[in-house]
Amino acid sequence: MSQYVLRRLLIAVPSLLGISLVLYIVLALAPGDPFSELATNPNVPPEVGAALRAKFGLDDPIYLRYLRWLAAMVQGDWGFSFVSRMNVDTLILQRLPTTLYVIGSAQILALLIAIPVGVFAATRPYSIFDQIANTFAFIGFSLPTFFTGLLFILVFSITLDWLPFVYSSDIKATGIRWLFEQIRQAIMPVMVLGLFQAASMTRFVRSAMLDVIRLDYVTTARAKGLGQPRVIVKHAMRNAMIPVVTLVALQMPAVFGGAIVTEQIFRIPGIGSLLISSILSNDTPVVMAVTFVFACLVVLFNLIADILYGWLDPRISFR
Amino acid sequence: MAPLLEIKGLKTHFSTDDGMLQAVDGVDIAINKGETLCVVGESGCGKTVTAMSILKLIAMPPGRIVQGQILFEGRDLVPLTSHELDDIRAKDIGFIFQEPMTSLNPVLTVGEQVAESLRRHEGLSKKDALARTVEMFKLVQIPNAAGRVHDYPHQFSGGMRQRVMIAMALACKPKLVIADEPTTALDVTIQAQILDLLQDMKDRFGMAVMLITHAMGVVAETAQRVVVMYAGKVVEEADVDSLFENPRHPYTQGLIRSIPRIDLDSKNKTRLEAIGGSVPILINPAPGCRFAPRCRFAFDRCAAEEPLLREVAPGHRMACHLGEKQGAVA
Repeated sequence: MSQYVLRRLLIAVPSLLGISLVLYIVLALAPGDPFSELATNPNVPPEVGAALRAKFGLDDPIYLRYLRWLAAMVQGDWGFSFVSRMNVDTLILQRLPTTLYVIGSAQILALLIAIPVGVFAATRPYSIFDQIANTFAFIGFSLPTFFTGLLFILVFSITLDWLPFVYSSDIKATGIRWLFEQIRQAIMPVMVLGLFQAASMTRFVRSAMLDVIRLDYVTTARAKGLGQPRVIVKHAMRNAMIPVVTLVALQMPAVFGGAIVTEQIFRIPGIGSLLISSILSNDTPVVMAVTFVFACLVVLFNLIADILYGWLDPRISFR
Repeated sequence: MAPLLEIKGLKTHFSTDDGMLQAVDGVDIAINKGETLCVVGESGCGKTVTAMSILKLIAMPPGRIVQGQILFEGRDLVPLTSHELDDIRAKDIGFIFQEPMTSLNPVLTVGEQVAESLRRHEGLSKKDALARTVEMFKLVQIPNAAGRVHDYPHQFSGGMRQRVMIAMALACKPKLVIADEPTTALDVTIQAQILDLLQDMKDRFGMAVMLITHAMGVVAETAQRVVVMYAGKVVEEADVDSLFENPRHPYTQGLIRSIPRIDLDSKNKTRLEAIGGSVPILINPAPGCRFAPRCRFAFDRCAAEEPLLREVAPGHRMACHLGEKQGAVA
């Protein structure tokens, strides 16, 4: 098992290298770099700008710059943000916990809604409950998060004034009060992201359950007189979760993408909003590092999915 | 003596987009204690639906028991809810399914799948249930029983899986075991082993067996009494000897003629006889005898009037107009 994880991590290395190369080339081809603003600034003489570019090696060929970036990255030097005037790794480490907190809670919320609702709907297909659940699921994944986000702000912050609509990273409170505020300000972004995820996941869970529930071994379980709840939970659900795990893992990139939008709407100081602001200010080292972190997270979640897979399905062995 | 299980006028219908499918349409079957009854007929004649109706294992909806009684030890099972039936399932009536490859849950160990039934019905602890499971595995001759209970279904061959299914069905020592084509999915040598094993288990536990099959060879080998079904109805019922010696219904005769024979020498070998046509679709079936379109003896009355099951000899019943006219079928 631990050998399997180790090998999977080793396999991840070449794919991460490939990802970083593509990212680097795309960013290098894109117009603008941290010094492009110097060129248009009348206070900076052109030769100073050119000297700076030469000093940071910005005019070297792409492969040289990539190798230099890679070497620095491996040694733990993630570069320097010219806009924020601090090291990229400290900047990301400041922002990452907020993003993981919001995304993690949203995913947990999505699973807590999707699994029971999807399973229950599948046990009574085309019942009133199923119809209502389906309707909400369709509404849920038809509405983009930037729309529901604004709607939530309008209703819960402006009209009802229950929740703050700007996420604050330095809450001026301590102890329980701090925790309470921390939860209160996360409610809306977590709901927006979580409900969106829950909608499509409910559909996945429902169809996976419907596939399993008519199989022979479920009838066998019924014939043992185990009772409906045990038949569903012990025999059907565990099998139905296998494809669901794959789908949840495959959806992770979309989740991070959605998080970028959501963070922007609620002004959450996470790495999604960091990405947007650094793209806008041509802060290339930060853009590179953040996209790379996203790539690592996606690879990591796929690995977790594979491990879960082996745990759920004994036919898959870790070899 | 009252029979152990008595099915009276059972009608199980399925609602489909094209109308009501009358899969089982007025079936009477009785099984006595300790008896082996074979239910025989070709695919789609309602054998499986009849068996599944007993424990309400058919999908409802679209399936529905529209009429009839299923008396088990005198108690009617039809009005019971699925929840109430849970106390009878596996405890009093065990079930062996057709497809050993798909009837076991792939993500649970086979031992757990047998043991959970014991825990549910006999209130055994996890440890005791597993010990009993090992015993059962030994009885059904699974080699290395104590080790194999921890294996998963995909680590077993088809024949071994069917042994697991038999162990599962017999674990709580039911009074009746319903085996739905238990050997159809297996190759011939394994078929014989499984049938022998069933016979062995029957001798040991003394339960009644309702064996559903389409193979007349299996019938001849195992049954005491035989019920022949066609298109959702019982067409003939007799003890096994009189059925093979003196089949009365044209359909039964056809079934027996269609058994391949290897005892004839090459001179006498003839083309194997088959019954022409196929089972009718049971949505809005035509009135009259359902076998008439395929019957070589069919006459006017067959299309107009449905033949009723009647006694033609002691313990031998059949549903055909022919017998009424001539006393015996040529």
